[in-house]
Amino acid sequence: MTPQSPVLLVVIPLIFAFLTLPFGWWRKGLCYPITLVALSLSFLASLHTLHTVITTGTIHYWLGNWEPPWGIEYVVDHLNAFVLVIVSFVSLVVAIYSKRSVEQELPEKIVFFYCVFLLQVAGLLGIVVTGDMFNLYVFLEIASLAGYALIAIGEDGAPFASFNYLIFGTIGACFYLLGVGYLYVSTGSLNMADLFQILPDLYQSKVVLVAFAFFMVGVGLKMALFPLHVWLPDAYTYAPSTVSALLAPLMTKVGAYVMIRIMFTVFKPQFCIELIPVTTILGWMAAGAILFGAVMALAQTDLKRMLAYILVSEVGYIALGVGLANRAGLTGAILHILNDSFMMLALFLVVGAIMYRSGKREISQLRYLHRRMPFTMAAFVIAALSVIGIPPTCGFFSKWYLILGAIDASQWAFVAVLLVSSLLNVILFFRVIEHAYLEPDEEHAGGGSELAITIEEAPLSMLVPILIATAGIMVFGVLSGKIISTVIQFAVPKCF
Amino acid sequence: MFDFILSKYNYWIYIILMMIGFYAMIGKKNLVKKIIGINIFQTAIILFFVSTAAKRGGTLPIVEHAHGHGIHHIHAASYVNPLPHVLMLTAIVVMVSTLGVALAIVIAIYRRYNTLEEDEILEQRK
Repeated sequence: MTPQSPVLLVVIPLIFAFLTLPFGWWRKGLCYPITLVALSLSFLASLHTLHTVITTGTIHYWLGNWEPPWGIEYVVDHLNAFVLVIVSFVSLVVAIYSKRSVEQELPEKIVFFYCVFLLQVAGLLGIVVTGDMFNLYVFLEIASLAGYALIAIGEDGAPFASFNYLIFGTIGACFYLLGVGYLYVSTGSLNMADLFQILPDLYQSKVVLVAFAFFMVGVGLKMALFPLHVWLPDAYTYAPSTVSALLAPLMTKVGAYVMIRIMFTVFKPQFCIELIPVTTILGWMAAGAILFGAVMALAQTDLKRMLAYILVSEVGYIALGVGLANRAGLTGAILHILNDSFMMLALFLVVGAIMYRSGKREISQLRYLHRRMPFTMAAFVIAALSVIGIPPTCGFFSKWYLILGAIDASQWAFVAVLLVSSLLNVILFFRVIEHAYLEPDEEHAGGGSELAITIEEAPLSMLVPILIATAGIMVFGVLSGKIISTVIQFAVPKCF
Repeated sequence: MFDFILSKYNYWIYIILMMIGFYAMIGKKNLVKKIIGINIFQTAIILFFVSTAAKRGGTLPIVEHAHGHGIHHIHAASYVNPLPHVLMLTAIVVMVSTLGVALAIVIAIYRRYNTLEEDEILEQRK
């Protein structure tokens, strides 16, 4: 019997999203527990899926028992089982965290917030689980539309930022849809595995080449790959802090997953490497993203905006790993999907907690924060060390594999870019840590100020998710060898 | 040359419409005009999909008396391809939702800035 978990993990958040509305109108307080139940069940289903994939191999789930290529098929292999667990776990952690933050920032909109939140998670999980090109488009739009709505309810500039995101996101989705259309016209199929079989004979066809170009630009817009990232900094800065913490780790990573899926399992790797030099172009764009993101982050005075630019640079790391197109590079890229999700989760959760307590996020206003919020700031430092790439944290290992991949490919420029970006990240984060931990001299001269500072740690429902994310960063760093040997080495396409 | 354009005129129409929509999305300053641009862009894609389904002499893909009467010989060439139509039904739903979200966001922007011109909004946000 086929396991039902691949379909359950999408259907549960979808159904609960609509249940939150009637229950929310009856009792507002029910939304939060309903969301937690839905996401916990979804997380358990994704764990079960991963377990099944590891023990018995790829799962093929035929929706309504229609045989592919006619029916829609959910295909779960090592790569998407891995991403599924990340998406469902990160969204569960953000849901736990959301309670206090939403009550403070959006007291009027709690019911709708949780409804759209669950739709967003259902969309993201659907993108990852599906094995059908058109189904992927529909889920991509569910996730994106929920994302536009969630961002638009943020602070002052949010609606305008969200509108810009909507324009770019729609262009991206339409390009993706056109790509699907071109592939359908030339092959008559929408199933990914089926396309993989049919396409090699048509690789010289201009229609297929144009379809591939549409896919890359469309997905590039969705994952905010430099120079298509312009919507990202504004949207993620002005969004409510819970929403930033959900979208920043997940939306871009899921985009990166779609890119890997299209490049290596819809098209064949040799198509992207030899027939047209996509991977080379992608590598250089990624190098641009890494440097541009880090340099722009240096220019920011707003902590959340700085993180948004760091996210642009982190997307570059994943794209660089894909662009290297060798085993070490792809291992690094897939490992970085996990690591970066947790790093960005921890950082955006910390910013949310700081906002919750003090309402400030200018870097220069973070003074004394290490004494007011000791645990939160400790989590921030660990996440920062991980972004820089200090050994026991997980960020080191993905960067290590990326550098190994760059050396394997003899791309010394990329090695240099990776090392320089680490140095830039050191400057970036120590600027923040300096303001938060080291006190200015004149305050000491006044005396007595030390007593005036009381501990105002974030509430427990916010602190626990932050600590879970931070623990994740440490644990995945220590266990990265095991993660690679049980999951990721099977997720990398076989010909590498 | 003229033949080349005429024989594939459906694709030319779709490309021209798409470019008009694309220009409106990128070039126009008014937010509602941008939304109209999105709609033209998406309608062009619908036209593209639906026109690929058409066949010369093709009719509705409904097989009469087929149910429970054994295997009939069906000539696929005499029916239009129903699948692109079905895909576009889904895509229309997506497009309507995009339009709804976009209009809701524009209302929120108008309440805040009292204008829908992009440059005036940017001016106010300085």
